Amino acid sequence: MNKIISLEEAVAKVKEGDTVMVGGFLGVGTPEKLIDALVAKGTRDLTLICNDTAFINCGVGKMVVAKLFKKIIASHIGTNKETGRQMLEGETEVELVPQGTLIERIRAGGFGLGGVLTRTGLGTEVAKGKQIVQVDGQDYLLEKPLHADVALLFAQKVDREGNMSFHGATRNFNVYMGSAATTSIVEAREVIREGFMDPDQVVVPGIFVKYIVDGGAL
Amino acid sequence: MMDKQAMQEFIARRVALEFKQGDLVNLGIGLPTLVANFVPAEKEVIFQSENGCIRLGPAPEPQNVDPCITNAGAVPASLLPGGAFIDSAMSFGIIRGGHVDVTVLGALQVAENGDIANYMIPGKMVPGMGGAMDLLSGAKKVIVAMEHTAKGAPKLMKSCDLPLTAIKAVDLIVTEMGVIEVTEVGFLLVERNPEYSIDEIRQNTGAELHISPNLIDMAL
Repeated sequence: MNKIISLEEAVAKVKEGDTVMVGGFLGVGTPEKLIDALVAKGTRDLTLICNDTAFINCGVGKMVVAKLFKKIIASHIGTNKETGRQMLEGETEVELVPQGTLIERIRAGGFGLGGVLTRTGLGTEVAKGKQIVQVDGQDYLLEKPLHADVALLFAQKVDREGNMSFHGATRNFNVYMGSAATTSIVEAREVIREGFMDPDQVVVPGIFVKYIVDGGAL
Repeated sequence: MMDKQAMQEFIARRVALEFKQGDLVNLGIGLPTLVANFVPAEKEVIFQSENGCIRLGPAPEPQNVDPCITNAGAVPASLLPGGAFIDSAMSFGIIRGGHVDVTVLGALQVAENGDIANYMIPGKMVPGMGGAMDLLSGAKKVIVAMEHTAKGAPKLMKSCDLPLTAIKAVDLIVTEMGVIEVTEVGFLLVERNPEYSIDEIRQNTGAELHISPNLIDMAL
């Protein structure tokens, strides 16, 4: 099965109102070409699930500036003033989630778990409205799974099967988001078109990847 | 009086003395990041950064910058020999799982019971908690590195009035005025910068300040 599609075909998979997970940490390991194409297309009313909102000129920060989101679920928005402005002026809903909890909620969504129990956030605003579960005398917050319609991922290399490998600190959320989304699209710096990746090098198996976009060299 | 940069370096230099051989350490953004510059070469400390690096090293020479290798503040970084890149679930498994020996964080306020507020000022500044809540709940030792006051307003308080990042989490506070332990009875001054009198430190502290019978000058 050919998973390699054009950028135009890829962004057409994202519909208005969709929930999208986007890999990256302050723009490092984020699919910039997919983001640029979505900004150009102007697909709106999206809900974003991402570690952060990067910077106004980088990563999902560009989608924030283009006002594509109605809701943002992230652990940190402080590097992008526009996110803060939209939140304080009531234009965009922002749910702040501790970073370790965010990745576990995504992992739970992809891996068939009903949630995760964590001490993180106990006694803080994060705990408001959440169930506290006691295990062996210790309190934990019940944090529920997250799912998405589309995951937009970045890899250093991908083969035609969708097997992904990474370079540097780009693994971050890219490793798990594909499992928690109905459709996942990976933009890779290099698409291996002849043969396949050495199975020893595969970090995320291609079964989690539906479509591949050639991101090209930097 | 020290200028801001000298003050931050002074605090960072003192914090660096807290690390033990082989400690796994996570440094927050800002002042805490400076601490890495003052760890003695003979002491082997492993720095983890939550974006996915173990054995984080110094900033590379400009010609060696790799946009995919950064610290948790998106600043170009390097990995030392023996290092590893990891994903976010592994990174926070390490943090929450009690595998980080020491974390050094900044704070807006710290309460005498160890409560800490460092992620938002409602209506004004709401950057988000990033990995701070996980670090505070999971690290074995939590050190707050910060200026003693916010332009004269006490940051060491009886209780925090800003939204909390974690409850009863802080173990030690290092400021330009001294080193303060968070104990069962509250703040305990264990080291004093000789530039400040005990009275001055008390005046700049928003809660009762106990003085250790073993009070010494700040070790540097």
